[in-house]
Amino acid sequence: MADVTFTVDGKKLTAPAGTLLIEACRKAGIEIPAFCYYPGLSLQAACRMCVVRQEKVPKLQTACTVQVGEGQSFITESPEITQARKATIELLLGNHPLDCPVCDAGGECELQDMTFKYGAGESLYVEAKQHREEQKWSPAVYFDRPRCILCYRCVRMCGEGMDVWALGIQNRGASAIIAPNGGDHLDCEQCGMCIDACPVGALTSGTYRYKTRPWEMNHVATVCTHCGDGCKTTLGIRQVNDGAEIVRADNRDKSGINGDFLCAKGRFGFDFVESADRLTKPLIRNAAGKLEPATWEQAIRLVASKFKEVRDRNSDKASSSSIGVIGSNTTTNEENYLLQKFARTALNTNNIDHERTTDYAGFAHALAGTTGRTASLRDTQTAKAVLLIGGNPTEEHPLLAWNLRTNFRLNQSRLYITTDSPIKLERQAIKSLQLPVGLESNGYEAFTEFLNGSDSAIEATSEAKSFREAIEAEESLIVIFGEEYRGQAIESLVKWGLKKAGVKFAYLGDYANSRGAADMGLLPNLLPGYVPVASPAAFTEEYIGLPTAPGKNAVEIFDAAGNGELGALYVVGSNPVATFGVNPAALKSTFVVVQDIFLTETAALADVVLPSASLYEKTGTVTNSYGDVQLAKKAADKAGVKPDFEIIVRIAGGMGIDVKKLVPFGKTNGVSADMGQSRGAQSGEADRHAVWLTANHLEPRLSPFDPLAVLDEIERLIPAYKLDRLNLFGGNDVASEPGFVPVSSIASARDLILPSHDGLFTSGILGAHTVALQELNQYQHQFEHPVVTETAAD
Amino acid sequence: MSTETMSIFSPQLAAKFDALVLKYPVKRSALVPMLLYAQDEIGYVSDAVIAEIADRLSITPLDVRNVATYYSMLRFKPVGKYNVQVCTNISCMLRGAYDLFDHLQGTLGIGHKGVTADGVFSLEEVECIGACCWAPAIQVNYDFHDELTNDKVDAVLATYRAKAKGATTNA
Ligand code: SF4
Ligand code: SF4
Ligand code: SF4
Ligand code: FES
Ligand code: FES
Repeated sequence: MADVTFTVDGKKLTAPAGTLLIEACRKAGIEIPAFCYYPGLSLQAACRMCVVRQEKVPKLQTACTVQVGEGQSFITESPEITQARKATIELLLGNHPLDCPVCDAGGECELQDMTFKYGAGESLYVEAKQHREEQKWSPAVYFDRPRCILCYRCVRMCGEGMDVWALGIQNRGASAIIAPNGGDHLDCEQCGMCIDACPVGALTSGTYRYKTRPWEMNHVATVCTHCGDGCKTTLGIRQVNDGAEIVRADNRDKSGINGDFLCAKGRFGFDFVESADRLTKPLIRNAAGKLEPATWEQAIRLVASKFKEVRDRNSDKASSSSIGVIGSNTTTNEENYLLQKFARTALNTNNIDHERTTDYAGFAHALAGTTGRTASLRDTQTAKAVLLIGGNPTEEHPLLAWNLRTNFRLNQSRLYITTDSPIKLERQAIKSLQLPVGLESNGYEAFTEFLNGSDSAIEATSEAKSFREAIEAEESLIVIFGEEYRGQAIESLVKWGLKKAGVKFAYLGDYANSRGAADMGLLPNLLPGYVPVASPAAFTEEYIGLPTAPGKNAVEIFDAAGNGELGALYVVGSNPVATFGVNPAALKSTFVVVQDIFLTETAALADVVLPSASLYEKTGTVTNSYGDVQLAKKAADKAGVKPDFEIIVRIAGGMGIDVKKLVPFGKTNGVSADMGQSRGAQSGEADRHAVWLTANHLEPRLSPFDPLAVLDEIERLIPAYKLDRLNLFGGNDVASEPGFVPVSSIASARDLILPSHDGLFTSGILGAHTVALQELNQYQHQFEHPVVTETAAD
Repeated sequence: MSTETMSIFSPQLAAKFDALVLKYPVKRSALVPMLLYAQDEIGYVSDAVIAEIADRLSITPLDVRNVATYYSMLRFKPVGKYNVQVCTNISCMLRGAYDLFDHLQGTLGIGHKGVTADGVFSLEEVECIGACCWAPAIQVNYDFHDELTNDKVDAVLATYRAKAKGATTNA
């Protein structure tokens, strides 16, 4: 809309016509106090805190509802306004207990701040206190009724933002209360968004309450470890005896790819880090066949010498190495990259794979040679039209679901959904088409044929035809699909979309770094960036001794073990024994090394178990389902464990490998840096030194354990990862470009893909070790959830 | 849900509801009239009423409660067969409404919002019922009785008592 000019406190401001005054002021640095206003949610004007004086208007106006127009003039601070706000606070405090010293929000409460500013020291409002003991609405959400200031942020957040409508308002006037849908308990998605939105301490979090005070925590922004959406999460950290503990996860600074959104997993599912089941010491199987604690030195020495022995024993049989490596979906890009480089150049094997939840290789190949055809997760919040095929984002990709809902609510985007069973997001869909299930061919593949014009592919009802016509009529469209499409099926779908200029794709995978695992080449036939091992191009020079025959995939590795042909197996952060249903007897004659955070079924069979750090305990980059790369930062810390990166480097070192070839660090390969020696008085001051380095655009790569040293190499060798570093290190998401892939044919083995279908409260092996999620899972299990078509308001 | 077989409402009311939801572009708009009709038939907005209305409108029971609790004319507990509402607003008050209310409390043996032991009467004090010209006034269910005195009220009560008896013997 056209810009208008108006005056606020004597200053001339410009903003698009129709902007809310409160927003226009915030942009100009004029803060107007507000309780009920929340950006993006419907306007409530319930609290009257934001009152301002508008010229020629007899009464004070609420800045959260006034839209700016040409020539208007406002005053936002004056004795009159101060008095009005003071009266508002006096009313709000009429029922509010003065329990800030014990309230969870104490120190970060908007009411506390405003009371401090406007100082309503006495109350003329005398009314019986509406006291009620605090209530436990669910394992995640507690409610302290007297503290509630009836701003309705929680009600709107849950209804409009989450489309759950689990909270409501009951009674009128002074006896109004916020109530949950179950009367005295909550049946909802347990996202905790209502807690975050609450400006006071009326809603508090089951995992955080009474644990600490806001000023006792450090805050570290990192990436959620649970699903393929990769939300940014801000972890509240506190020092404890054996490291640093996470006490809270939220994103209330609204930063990053997810704004303020987090689902239950991101918000409450961090306690696996503190689980008593965590491995904290290396374990070595003793003569009696039992795993027994050992030192890191012993363990690394044993692993290194065994790996070397098995490798050299087989060096004559160059084509079929007898070592197998299985990587992880939740380790960082740097770790995945290093692992495959280590496997290929140090172990001399291409027998490397990971638990594939989606066919990213197929996707990259379908897009090879194109650019700008993939959608970032951010695009799903602004796209004019989206076609969602299969899956249920509400359960499996909560942030995507949030984006699609928000886009519908704020921009009236057109969402098309085709699935084989009803899903909740259909409430936001302009059209939905149910695909017949139980077809002989895959219903989704038939759907692609239908899109391509074959009327006989699915039952071409008039509904189906109008669905297709509507999609065809869209000028720009994001096509989102998941593991239902693999190999050739992706190829056909993408081919259909590439015919139109405005079509972009997103392919959904499961875990925090499923995409990164594939991008970094944890695949037997493909190097990082999906370069075939058979024609390694630029890798030839860098990867000395790279075997060029494709290796064994995960299934073949275990077959080899079963046949007694696998000398050693190195498993990093995954549990293939459970996932692939491997018979433990198959690994009898194999030397098994497992590096993980828990004693998984696979680790229980290992000869050496190495305790690794979780994603919250290390630094590195991860790539979400959509190819957005983000920086994960070390938040928590645990004595005894090491990041996977360091463990791999130590094993390589133990094997006598030239570590510099593996990790470019130090004066020649890394960037040289002044460690402070030259700056006299400042030397040795680590913090100030870091500031100085940053200011001088230097990054010290002085250690082989610095994962970011490998990021340079990743950027150099994988065209898709030409990243905007300034943004990446500034904490933003940076898109990668999968189209930068050599055009060559691959046949994907469909059977290797094992989607996890984690729901809102499960998360692979992590889920079993978070008490908070287990509790929520159990709690939510008692309720039935029919898909209802209408909501309380739209 | 299949309204014929599972409804807690009479077939007539169920049919009325079926027609009502079709009158609006979105079903939920029928909520307030449905609550009023349901209260007339069942006597109050019971949990079962809330559940069935929510179901009929494809909204949650919480949505129904959000709206229902806003209106003081909707009630969530049973009242007597005849609910006596005594206006004590300004006109009626000036013309002796409080005497009348005291008298009713005495004769019925119940206070504000009380229900007689036999369930025939309940009593409540209400705001203006729009009969100010003929104050003091009371409303018994949907009937108005105005220009009242204590004696007149006794006569009014007697007619309802008789009706209630008749209903019991007839039933
Ligand atoms: S936890 Fe989430 S879904 Fe549950 S009431 Fe709060 S906002 Fe709604
Ligand atoms: S619980 Fe919090 S967010 Fe909800 S209305 Fe009360 S003060 Fe506002
Ligand atoms: S949507 Fe996914 S990434 Fe985001 S908080 Fe939930 S589990 Fe974590
Ligand atoms: S913020 Fe404007 S009325 Fe509450
Ligand atoms: S004052 Fe009693 S009817 Fe209006």
